[in-house]
Amino acid sequence: MKTDTTIILDGVGVKRALTRIAHEILERNKGVNELVLVGIRTGGVHLAEELATRLNEIEGEKVPVGSVDITMYRDDIKGHTAHLPVGKTEIPFSVEGKKVILVDDVLFTGRTIRAAMDALMDHGRPDSIQLAVLIDRGHRELPIRADFVGRNVPTSLKEKILVHFDKENHPVEVVLKKS
Amino acid sequence: MGFMHKDILGLQFLTKEEIELLLNTAENLKEINSRDIKKVPTLRGKTIVNLFYEASTRTRTSFEIAAKRLSADTVNISASTSAVQKGETLLDTARNVEAMKPDIIVIRHGISGAPEYLAKRGSYSVINAGDGAHEHPSQGLLDMLTMREKLGSLEGRKVAIVGDITHSRVARSNIYGLTKMGAHIHLAGPPTMMPMGIERLGNVTVCGTIREAVDGADVIMMLRIQQERQGKTLMPSIREYSRYFGLNRDIVKLAKPDVMVMHPGPMNRGVEICSDVADGPNSYILQQVENGVAVRMSMLYHVSGGDLATE
Repeated sequence: MKTDTTIILDGVGVKRALTRIAHEILERNKGVNELVLVGIRTGGVHLAEELATRLNEIEGEKVPVGSVDITMYRDDIKGHTAHLPVGKTEIPFSVEGKKVILVDDVLFTGRTIRAAMDALMDHGRPDSIQLAVLIDRGHRELPIRADFVGRNVPTSLKEKILVHFDKENHPVEVVLKKS
Repeated sequence: MGFMHKDILGLQFLTKEEIELLLNTAENLKEINSRDIKKVPTLRGKTIVNLFYEASTRTRTSFEIAAKRLSADTVNISASTSAVQKGETLLDTARNVEAMKPDIIVIRHGISGAPEYLAKRGSYSVINAGDGAHEHPSQGLLDMLTMREKLGSLEGRKVAIVGDITHSRVARSNIYGLTKMGAHIHLAGPPTMMPMGIERLGNVTVCGTIREAVDGADVIMMLRIQQERQGKTLMPSIREYSRYFGLNRDIVKLAKPDVMVMHPGPMNRGVEICSDVADGPNSYILQQVENGVAVRMSMLYHVSGGDLATE
């Protein structure tokens, strides 16, 4: 079966988008005070690290980074399909009273974000939750929206968006696959 | 490929990959047990019945906590206070419970094979919490998780298991599981409590003395001397057992310097294990218990997702 693959964002494009998102986060939140980043496994974790690096470069301060695995909070756990393996959730700081920036690679139906918020709330009561995504591909099934978007890419349901990372977990490109 | 069994009846029926999947999931679920809110919504609305025909505090509590942390509803049936006292058979008990639509039955029974008997006759999932002298898969898994946490890989490791091997389902599950993971098991115990042909179950060497078994070992696992089972026929006295097969500091010195001392519990202090060893720096007994909840959460999680394929 032939698949058509187009590059939506190349290496440079990804870097610029992340830099812009970092600036937007700082602008909207007036600095890094009480700010924490939580990446959604697995793609979001690497992007959260990238954002933390940039925030540190710009403001000279380290923003805490955590990761959340949403497998146990999914709404599609059926009775007769094998359960997905569970990844590690590591939030080595309190979220109580913090401004949490949830980070994911691709925003699609919004169900992953819903699950991530439930997981986050089980760790404490944040002051607020904002959402940063590299790509918003549309087709929301829940009333969820991103605060910071790298790029909006309208897609059809038959298409797939993939974010590729290299061996050191740096994002290298975003591709659109038709099938 | 995920976990595709309807039941977990024993480690002898699982592949190395399936065991690793259960252990990896358990490792990643551990974090939930340290949170303020120790709950995830995964098994919300599922009903888990603990059907215990034998006394147990540790295992039953552990399964109950595991189920509750996954948001499931739990029901405990212990034989001593149920209709079993009125003569109800295992099958009737199960059929009656099944009519109330449980999702998972966790069963501990004195007869080997009872869990499989139930598993074949019902659409609910069955988890074996210990059947006769056959298997105790959750104990085997939590033992291996504890070892893996400290040792990394279990490949090529030497694990000594000492005690009444004949009556030990813990020993058997560990033999099956550890063999699949590439470890070597050295058994020691009184000849009256060492079953013929036990070497055939896996990568096993039967040693004449505890010193031989423990020599250079990475792990020493002591089994409880089961006074309710042996009665008076299999050993002359507790004191003699303790003298020949009890674990004390001198014997621990024969193993590797950072050897792990483990025990499935409950311990008979001063009989099979001295207090200073049980409470000493080599002891991983409390880590075993902590890992027990995570392992059981992993088992409940994966078995509730498995296909309804018959074994």
